[in-house]
Amino acid sequence: MTSTNYINADYGIWSWLLTKDHKRIAILYLVSITLMFILGGFFALLIRLELLTPAGDLLAADTYNKMFTMHGIVMVFFFLIPSIPAVLGNFLVPMMIGARDLAFPRLNLASWYIYMAGAAFTLYAIFTGGVDTGWTFYTPYSTAAANTKVIPAALGIFITGFSSILTGLNFIVTIHRMRAPGLTWFRLPLFIWAHYATSIIFILGTPVIAITILLVAVERGFNFGIFDPKLGGDPVLFQHLFWFYSHPAVYIMVLPSMGVVSELITCFSRKTVFGYGFVAVSSMAIAVLGFLVWGHHLFVSGQSVYASMIFSVLSFLVAIPSAVKVFNWTATLYRGSIEFAAPLIYALGFIGLFTIGGLTGVFLATLGFDVHVHDTYFVVAHFHYIMVGGAMMGYLGGLHYWWPKISGRMYPEWPARIGAAIIFIGFNLTFFPQFLAGYLGMPRRYHMYPPEFQVLNVMSTAGATVLGIGYLLPLTYLLWSLRYGKAAPANPWRATGLEWQTPSPPPTDNFATTPFVTEEAYDYSSVPEAELV
Amino acid sequence: MLERLGLVPPQASTVAVQTDLLSTFLVTVSLFFSILIAATIVAFSVKYRRRSERDVTPRIHGSTALEIAWSVIPLGIAMVMFGWGAHLFVTLKRPPDDALQVNVVGKQWMWKVQHLEGRREINELHVPIGRPVKVTLTSEDVIHSFYVPAFRIKQDAVPGRYTTAWFEATRIGSYHLFCAEYCGTMHSGMIGQVIVMEPADYEAWLAGGGVSAAPAAAGGAAGGGQDLVAAGKELFEQKGCVTCHQPGAVLGPQLAGVAGHTVELQDGTTVTADDDYLRESILSPAAKIVKGFAPIMPTFKGQLTEEQVLQLIAYIKSLKPSTGDASADAGTGKTGS
Repeated sequence: MTSTNYINADYGIWSWLLTKDHKRIAILYLVSITLMFILGGFFALLIRLELLTPAGDLLAADTYNKMFTMHGIVMVFFFLIPSIPAVLGNFLVPMMIGARDLAFPRLNLASWYIYMAGAAFTLYAIFTGGVDTGWTFYTPYSTAAANTKVIPAALGIFITGFSSILTGLNFIVTIHRMRAPGLTWFRLPLFIWAHYATSIIFILGTPVIAITILLVAVERGFNFGIFDPKLGGDPVLFQHLFWFYSHPAVYIMVLPSMGVVSELITCFSRKTVFGYGFVAVSSMAIAVLGFLVWGHHLFVSGQSVYASMIFSVLSFLVAIPSAVKVFNWTATLYRGSIEFAAPLIYALGFIGLFTIGGLTGVFLATLGFDVHVHDTYFVVAHFHYIMVGGAMMGYLGGLHYWWPKISGRMYPEWPARIGAAIIFIGFNLTFFPQFLAGYLGMPRRYHMYPPEFQVLNVMSTAGATVLGIGYLLPLTYLLWSLRYGKAAPANPWRATGLEWQTPSPPPTDNFATTPFVTEEAYDYSSVPEAELV
Repeated sequence: MLERLGLVPPQASTVAVQTDLLSTFLVTVSLFFSILIAATIVAFSVKYRRRSERDVTPRIHGSTALEIAWSVIPLGIAMVMFGWGAHLFVTLKRPPDDALQVNVVGKQWMWKVQHLEGRREINELHVPIGRPVKVTLTSEDVIHSFYVPAFRIKQDAVPGRYTTAWFEATRIGSYHLFCAEYCGTMHSGMIGQVIVMEPADYEAWLAGGGVSAAPAAAGGAAGGGQDLVAAGKELFEQKGCVTCHQPGAVLGPQLAGVAGHTVELQDGTTVTADDDYLRESILSPAAKIVKGFAPIMPTFKGQLTEEQVLQLIAYIKSLKPSTGDASADAGTGKTGS
């Protein structure tokens, strides 16, 4: 019980703040992004309360505009993007491939410090007056009109981008160079494939948003004419550059979740994944095609009809690999031995919400349809289904599944199942009415709205209350389990991955001896019964 | 039907019905696949639930035939959706030639409307039923977006350029006009109404008979006024354009008949003289120099409002190429200089 592991190997605050252990760095990220999630959630709460009534009565217009802006910035750049890669990826990528750490441990620690420096700038912007440009920073509003803390917020995003780039670099090198003997590419867990694809987007996409957001700061600070037509710039150029990153960024959020779901479905149905190659390659296809669809955010911006058509057809193509994944996961369940543990409930919830989010994404790729619902609540509902329904369900499912490995404690199963169900129901109650409000014509980012939209908004706010309670549950019982949870065995789920072949929690070096891999991933039909708990 | 169920906004334009039909198709196909997937998952979850810790599962690696089927079939359906959506989009992007022309300028936080015949209004747009209306949009400050849910149309108003949208209203009434692109403090207050009238009522209104119900804040800007061409002609003289561009003058290119035609530039390239080109030539004359002329025209940037630029363009477009009256034009030119 008291054998040496990564948690008790060393004590004191500096042993954490100066650690080079990927597992400890994952914990640093876990704590940081959880705090950011709570902050972003607080902003969401105020937004939903304001929208209970059509009049702008709770918050002033400027305050409301700051709330949705900061909700977006905090949730996208400081929670969703780092969530799975920086926490679960950091913890698991080396362990799943039988390595002792990432390729560049110091760089990994530097990534966290860079993330924190970026967060510090953004928090400074938030607490000294806030930002009101929307998380999209559209020009020339952000460079010429907004009268808020745009520059520090922009610099925060610029800085934190380097954290993503370095994490991506670290993962790519690690996956190429540090796989255990016998662990060929097509024996890798799909979680690794998903993180490889994500890392490619990190490296290729993030520099573009970094430089774009820096240009916003430069134009604002020094009147460089890049985006503002009054200075000779082009405001739509900003939209091209912004979405060149920010559309692939959606895949940064959802691809790792897909990787998690592949692990959960196979483990809790005790089946080899159906169509391994197709699921693996579809991650890469999504990463590559995801770079070619940014123009579907510009259908009503004055982009040429022909460009819009190309972007529309490419957006339909990127939906295919996502559909392939959903079909393969479903087929994996066939003739399995399915156990409804909390992580599987999250995974199935992911499939449901992601399917709705994905299909409504296909609607939005349809040119004539998008003209009507662009910039309405339909879009808000769609991307929350993908980014919160999808990414967040995957993150929580993964956090539960690997919690025994990370913390050395079991979470309480029944509260976890109930929590997963409440989150699924609360999510749908919150965001489904927004599809209707959007189609009926309610524009997004409206502080006041015409009274005919009130019923749907009240439903949405009521749902958000349920969702909020759902999120508080895991926060509570996971913390509770750190002290009172049952001690976790090395492999509580009888899972196949290499990460389960070391004690829980793992020792600092992960593996006493380097594992040797002779089998494909998810070889569930031959797990020895000796590992039964 | 959909409208009565409260699922769609009023269907008040020709395009609205087409958009809702496309939406119904998208929703139906999606419901079919969602239910199929959900039902399969539920069925598997029940049938193959864990009965014993010792359950043995078969090794099934996949099926290439199935993979191809569930890639190709969705791809085919997706291409149908693409084609339908693109077809509707082209309709939305191609205003009929006989469309009425209205200029709309967005400004934090109001919509300023100029009718060709001279009436101006704020946050209201009066249009006749059963006639296509083409809206030319721009913005004086940040990006706004002209959105009429009842017509299912939306188009950003981008500063520094013109964009267009069109609709043909099919139902009398007044409908929401929203700004759909976030534009600052009062974004949600940048709303107005599109008022669809019988043609006769519209003509009466246009003639100044109807009282514009624009809010008091609009002040003198709303209400009747000179028609656009006359206002443009006045500006043309006031701002001194006439000195170099009057018929027969040699310092600047002749403007009669230039709108919509090809212009040859100094560097040998050619450009079509559309609204954006005319606007640029007024505000940034040095950007494109017409072949045979020196870059001597001063910029009018900052000296004209967006509405005035639109008036000048309306005037330039009204000038007809008059080969027959060349002598008369030349004569005027001489007296002018």
